[in-house]
Amino acid sequence: MDLGKLSLEVVTPERQVLHEDVNFIQLPGLDGYLGILPGHAPLLTELGAGVLSFQKGGETRYATVLGGFAEVLANRVIILAERSELAEEIDLGRAEAARERALKRVQDKANQVDFERAQLALQRSLTRIQVAPRVSKRRSSTAPERDGNGKPPGASE
Amino acid sequence: MPNLIDFRRRIRSVKNTQQITRAMKFVAAARLRRAQERVLAARPFARQILRVLQSAESRLEEAVHPLLVVRPEEKLLVIVISADRGLCGAFNTNVLRKTMEFLRENKSKQIELVAVGKRARDAMRRTRLPLKAELIGATMNVKFSDAKELAEMAVAAYTSGEADAVYLVFNEFKNVIMQRLVVDRLLPLRPEVVTPEHAETGGGHTTAGAPRRAEVDYIYEQPPKQIFDRLIPRYVETEVYRALLESSAAEHAARMTAMDAATRNASDLIDSLTLHMNKVRQAAITKEIIEVVSGAASAG
Repeated sequence: MDLGKLSLEVVTPERQVLHEDVNFIQLPGLDGYLGILPGHAPLLTELGAGVLSFQKGGETRYATVLGGFAEVLANRVIILAERSELAEEIDLGRAEAARERALKRVQDKANQVDFERAQLALQRSLTRIQVAPRVSKRRSSTAPERDGNGKPPGASE
Repeated sequence: MPNLIDFRRRIRSVKNTQQITRAMKFVAAARLRRAQERVLAARPFARQILRVLQSAESRLEEAVHPLLVVRPEEKLLVIVISADRGLCGAFNTNVLRKTMEFLRENKSKQIELVAVGKRARDAMRRTRLPLKAELIGATMNVKFSDAKELAEMAVAAYTSGEADAVYLVFNEFKNVIMQRLVVDRLLPLRPEVVTPEHAETGGGHTTAGAPRRAEVDYIYEQPPKQIFDRLIPRYVETEVYRALLESSAAEHAARMTAMDAATRNASDLIDSLTLHMNKVRQAAITKEIIEVVSGAASAG
């Protein structure tokens, strides 16, 4: 039975990252990954930090998601991410530099004030590093977009 | 009598000024376009978060959240959003005047201020009211992280009881030649925000008009209460972000209009100076001819 397609919409406060019809979505729920196929029951979940992947005509693409919410309703999936980037938008070099920085700060015992922030930054960069190499071979027509402030999305705060 | 050299010099100086104002106008126009794009780009998220918020609320027996509790307003936190720079007409003056008005009206209350933008900071310092925080350099290129920081501070002040209400004072972008001054209560949230019966949320941008969909049987990965509780602060962040974006677009629009007027004024000034200069030149020539003619006549 053909249940049709899922309309996937990824939005962050700064921009719309993606709006596309796909066949399958895997999203990073707060309590573990969730797979969504067309015809899924209505669902509302909080998201953790992780990799969002979606399939479209045999091709799988990836994106990072860092916190937020997802709603599934009538073959429509809306992802309200706090941050999100498509794999092809990530600057791997920057992400790796950010990881180094964050790692140093996490290990810095003297300065525990920023520990939580550093840990978050570390998690962010690790997710990016995980996703960045998975750019689909068949480069999609959607050109990598820069995020709202003109900074490459791989940049860390 | 002013001589020709003086006129030429003045005309040149006015032309230089005009070049600068014209350049500033174009820069402001380009920035305005970007700012407007970002206002638009921020809308889908704001609309969707409100929709999800309302759908979660409809599943709760009673929507109680610390940020929805209205307390008698005795201590206020006022966030003033201005520009960092001048040369944008009455943009800063207007928002500061509105703030002063607001402060006067609430004289009896205990007020703390947060200034966004240099102009607001400088003016707020003069009020001698406690300045809780200042955010400089954020209005030219609005980042969500700045909005988040401000929102977190507002939420912290509200929940800890440091403030009974949080207000935002800013210029809303209406169109290129008009800004609307807004005094908006950020916290506590207006109850109609989460209760979708009143589709109008006051923000104006949230025309989602989401139908109340309590009939949809959601699977909640986390308890609805938890999702609701987490969504509310996110919503506050988007509200602050919207205010910053609006103010930024309004600032660029105001600067563009002001610089356009300045460029036109410079043109007028150049025209009138040129006219005067020509008159003076003509008078000088006429005088010389008269001198030559009368000299020849007397010699003949």
